[in-house]
Amino acid sequence: MAKIVIDGVEHEVNPGNNLLQECLSLGLDLPYFCWHPSMGSVGACRQCAVIQYRDADDKEGMLVMACMTPATDGAIISIEDEGAKSFRSDVVESLMISHPHDCPVCEEGGECHLQDMTQMSGHNYRRYDKKKRTHHNQYLGPFINHEMNRCITCYRCVRFYGDYAGGTDLSAQASHHHVYFGRHEEGVLESEFSGNLVEVCPTGVFTDKAFSENYSRKWDLQTAPSVCVGCSVGCNTSPGERYGSLRRIVNRYNSEVNGYFLCDRGRFGFDFVNNRDRLLEPVQRIDNTGELLADDQVKALIKEFKAEGTIGIGSPRASNESNFALRVMVGEENFYAGYSDVEHESMQVILDLASDTAFHTPSVREIEAADAVLILGEDVTNVAPRIALALRQSVRNKAKDLADESRIPQWQDAAVRELAQHERSPLSILSPAISRLDDVASDRIIESLSAVVSMGHQIAEKISASAPNAAASTEHSQLIEKIAMQLKAAKRPLIIAGNSNGSDMIKAAANIARALRDDSDKSAIDLCLLVPEVNSVGMALMAGAENRLGAALEKLQSGEAKRVIVLENDLYRRAAKAAVDAALTKAEKVLVLDQLPTATTANADVILPATAFSEHEATYINYEGRAQLSFQVHQCQKQAQPSWRWICDAEHVDDLVERCCNEALGFERLREVLPGENPFVAGMKVPRQSHRYSGRTAMIANINVHEPKQMEDKDSVMSFSMEGIPAQKDASVLASSWAPKWNSNQSISKFQDEVNGELKQGHVGCLLIERKDSSGSYFEAAEELIEPSAKQLRVVFSYQIFGSDELSARSKPIQARMTDAYIGLSPVDAKKRGLNQGDVATISPLGSPAVICIRTGIKAGTALLYCGDRNISPADFSGLIEVEKSAIQTTSRGIGSLIVSDFHEEEISS
Amino acid sequence: MVANPLTKNIDMSRPPLDIAAYEANDGYQSVHAIAKGLSPEDVLELVKGSGLKGRGGAGFPTGLKWSFVPRGDNSPKQKYLVVNADEMEPGTFKDRLLMEGDPHLMLEGMIIAAYTIQASKAYIFLRGEYTVSDQALRKAIKEAYEKGYIGKNILGTGFDLDIIMHTSAGRYICGEETALLNALEGKRANPRAKPPFPQVSGLWGKPTIVNNVETICNLPGILTYGNDWYHGLTKGNDHGTKLFGVSGKVKTPGCWELPLGLPIRELLEGYAGGMQDGLELKGFLPGGGSTDFMLPEHLDITLDYDEIAKVGSRLATGTMIVLDDKTCPVGMVGNLMKFFAHESCGFCTPCRDGLPWVDQIFRDFENGEGSEKDLQILHDHVTYLGPGRTFCALAPGATAPLGSGLKYFKEDFEKHITQKRCSYKH
Repeated sequence: MAKIVIDGVEHEVNPGNNLLQECLSLGLDLPYFCWHPSMGSVGACRQCAVIQYRDADDKEGMLVMACMTPATDGAIISIEDEGAKSFRSDVVESLMISHPHDCPVCEEGGECHLQDMTQMSGHNYRRYDKKKRTHHNQYLGPFINHEMNRCITCYRCVRFYGDYAGGTDLSAQASHHHVYFGRHEEGVLESEFSGNLVEVCPTGVFTDKAFSENYSRKWDLQTAPSVCVGCSVGCNTSPGERYGSLRRIVNRYNSEVNGYFLCDRGRFGFDFVNNRDRLLEPVQRIDNTGELLADDQVKALIKEFKAEGTIGIGSPRASNESNFALRVMVGEENFYAGYSDVEHESMQVILDLASDTAFHTPSVREIEAADAVLILGEDVTNVAPRIALALRQSVRNKAKDLADESRIPQWQDAAVRELAQHERSPLSILSPAISRLDDVASDRIIESLSAVVSMGHQIAEKISASAPNAAASTEHSQLIEKIAMQLKAAKRPLIIAGNSNGSDMIKAAANIARALRDDSDKSAIDLCLLVPEVNSVGMALMAGAENRLGAALEKLQSGEAKRVIVLENDLYRRAAKAAVDAALTKAEKVLVLDQLPTATTANADVILPATAFSEHEATYINYEGRAQLSFQVHQCQKQAQPSWRWICDAEHVDDLVERCCNEALGFERLREVLPGENPFVAGMKVPRQSHRYSGRTAMIANINVHEPKQMEDKDSVMSFSMEGIPAQKDASVLASSWAPKWNSNQSISKFQDEVNGELKQGHVGCLLIERKDSSGSYFEAAEELIEPSAKQLRVVFSYQIFGSDELSARSKPIQARMTDAYIGLSPVDAKKRGLNQGDVATISPLGSPAVICIRTGIKAGTALLYCGDRNISPADFSGLIEVEKSAIQTTSRGIGSLIVSDFHEEEISS
Repeated sequence: MVANPLTKNIDMSRPPLDIAAYEANDGYQSVHAIAKGLSPEDVLELVKGSGLKGRGGAGFPTGLKWSFVPRGDNSPKQKYLVVNADEMEPGTFKDRLLMEGDPHLMLEGMIIAAYTIQASKAYIFLRGEYTVSDQALRKAIKEAYEKGYIGKNILGTGFDLDIIMHTSAGRYICGEETALLNALEGKRANPRAKPPFPQVSGLWGKPTIVNNVETICNLPGILTYGNDWYHGLTKGNDHGTKLFGVSGKVKTPGCWELPLGLPIRELLEGYAGGMQDGLELKGFLPGGGSTDFMLPEHLDITLDYDEIAKVGSRLATGTMIVLDDKTCPVGMVGNLMKFFAHESCGFCTPCRDGLPWVDQIFRDFENGEGSEKDLQILHDHVTYLGPGRTFCALAPGATAPLGSGLKYFKEDFEKHITQKRCSYKH
């Protein structure tokens, strides 16, 4: 630690940081624009100027930029010095010269960092009386609005978009006061992290387009801490609701998980909650007509389902509580997994590995710390996007090492990037097709799935002699050797695989990690196994190893089970259509709890409407086994309830969590995510509405002029009210960060124990799975798969960030970016079949249609199958398929908006 | 002994000397001296001892700059030399004379510099409009390759050097050495933060020396004739000769190589022939567009870095812009402001948004729409855009003529306000 003096007061600071970061960590107010806590300093805006004195005798001092000055021991600075203050005021005056002052019609208003900093810097009266410079705005796609006149040229957008997230289609153009941030021509922003521009931009240049169609001020949004349900990463979010509709999602800081950034699926994929097709009433289907059910009818039905002969099918997209409630209702032995049997099998492997002491599952923050990464067979960007963003940062660890050697502080962002240029920590990708991360990969091998698995085993063998012998391939032997050496030499190697394509890849990845453990003195090796859905892990812990979905369907078909309750799940996405049809037809009664109509609800006898993620309090378990609590944000307008409430007697979520802790193996620590013993400050609940919430008395004046009684929330420590003690006291219930003088999301620093640190009093979730099994051993190398015949292709399942997730795919903004189901083929395979890009083809055995997408970066003999949002069930196509041109050549969406991976094509083929 | 080492071969009435003629006049002797055993350390000591200061404008000691390049086995293998030939300072045309007139002199200097820092690649970052220099240099480079002065294993020394010509796509900011490096890498020509200095992390992150053309051209003489000779050239405190230029309404504008330390009067009234008939000297910028005005009372000050600094200006590039009494000083400063505002890279706030405001105010003055409030804003910007406040030296450079102009030509500014017109216009 170093001691520095700020305005006469001595403080302890970290000398490895710059003065601005340390001032903010100390809770001092120093305005800034271009600095960002996770992107470091570049010194562009000059807003954080302070006076630095040489020594105690120096009375004049020198103006320095706090963000560009190290917090060295003995530094004496002043924030309050008149010279510094007047310069900061001059800087804001400059920035505001051409700013349109359109705050009343600007969506950033009320949470605008520029507003806050202008106030803080003390610039009031406009002296500039000349003509303002103006810009043209661009169409940037369905997610982002562009209003360049508001730009203050802090360069944060391009630094995030390009430097941090690897996007190539947003750049700084022109010079002097005409600097323009946009695309080379109008068009959809390609990056799957484009939504972060909304939060990275300190003013209203980039705003949330989906939000602006249904806009409300920040202070009028009802919010609560939530968890994204888009994938298994479990990013923390702040959804905002007004007048009964969910309006937007912004990032909620969690130092271990998402930090400051979300992916576009997470940010724009919430709109299914507002979907007009939402199931909102309990319905019984009699002779093809729906009949509304009264409360007592529902009760009678549930009673009926409690009888012997009922089985339950859980859901990886439903909460722990709902899965647990169903399990309690039907009995553990009758609770079946709600994902495909292939996924079930690989999930069992993942669970076994999760308790093995040889491995550690890294958090997103820990992934950023990896200094050598191997990705085996997984398309990380489309399965767990936020992790792909973390991997982009991990390759920069080499740059940080180089900076340390050259004594350049790591926060000197531009300098570190200049120094390192293209030097990166190793990231090797072995998979059957190109991926979005290829541009930062040190090596990438495109091979068939089984060849990738085999190479994985060879790498393990190269690392440690204790690993099983693997059949050696000569083709990539040098690269295999190189990757093995890189992983061995790394301080913190990381192996990534996932269950997108069965368990062989996972086993190979585990062998590599185990070999690394055996070869070194490291206690555990980072092994990150990706799963697709928000509660894949939670449901896997809940369902017995034998209770796979296939078994449930067989039981129904054989008549062994008479009734089935399907929890928030479309079985047609999970199992072969014929098997599901047979089971549901045979079942005497099918009860489905869900939010939206699906192919399964179409075959249900009873439909009970379930609340969506923002309408209930729930816990979910992410890919690392991290349990997180997601609060209810708003009430469901109609009769939907949390699924558990339909089927069990528990009154509150807390009760259910408590029971789950006691009764479900593996959930013992779940209660730790609940707010502490006495969350009620001064007997008051934490308000979901801000202290500036407006219109409360008039909100329903069109219906009733009397102000309605505030709804009570029995489940939560939070209230549907603006009264109470806000989150400043307890960041664990921090819905939307706000602090006096800091109305924007930048106020988060006021809640962190230090910049980029944990939230004060908040918690980062709780790791449920204890590692205590030290008896794990290597997997045997997988058997080679049968080579496809000349006509056949081996299916590899492909995922799309916009489309593969069932619920977000039913959100309007996401739909604007979705494509049809497609078959990715190598040019050779396409030519052989006379297929061209964009043709519609049929896939046998079932004859399902899919659009042809030809890529040089796909292994010949491999068919990359993206199942679209609902038209193809992966379970219908496994192993080998045949593809031929379809007689019908019409498509609904086509593949025109497919951007992911495209721009790397050229590099790879050349 | 040679008294004009920079221009001894230059005769603009004929094409520059080819390599044979250049060699015949002591050319490339320094490279032969290196081949005979002069080590990089020897050269570094020589250059340090010469007292040569950078001729690009900042006047930083060249040897000292070179000594910051990491040496030894642990240092990065690849190092670069970059010659800053992006001569764009208003009123400056000295490097052009050297490159058009004697390209081999610069190449010889580049070999010396590259050898000293052990850079195997050297770039010439040339102003795009200098097409004659481009042709002359390309021809000279070809000849030097053929003769083995550049290329692999130069004269058996084991030292390799490639010289690569890069013509700039434009912009004044490329003259700032770190912005130049970004431009050379194909990026936006924004300056970089210092530290780290290019000597440590420069072109493509590798140790790099950026030297001005004229600085480089001083090197062959120092190595060929020695420091005693070099020290004998000057008439003042700083060593060597320097190219001095004069533009404006003088009788014979031009560019001359003169020893440092001559009185300004000798340059202006002697070499430049004094003011044109009917005109009187009102003031002058001693070293290009980003230096402070000096007045007729300063004519007896000598052309030395320190002497000129004493009266609040800078020798900088040594190319003088003369203001006469029939030209509006407000218009002259305004013209410079227009230039600087346009050439701001747009990276840091004061420069990007401050200079265009200043420029706009001058336009208003020109149109008789200037006000006291505007005058105050100009004064404010002299401080606001000053040294230490902006990211690089462009805006502080612009405040030099602005601040000194406001000080020395206060009445002219006020007249524009009270008369609501420019009184210099008929």
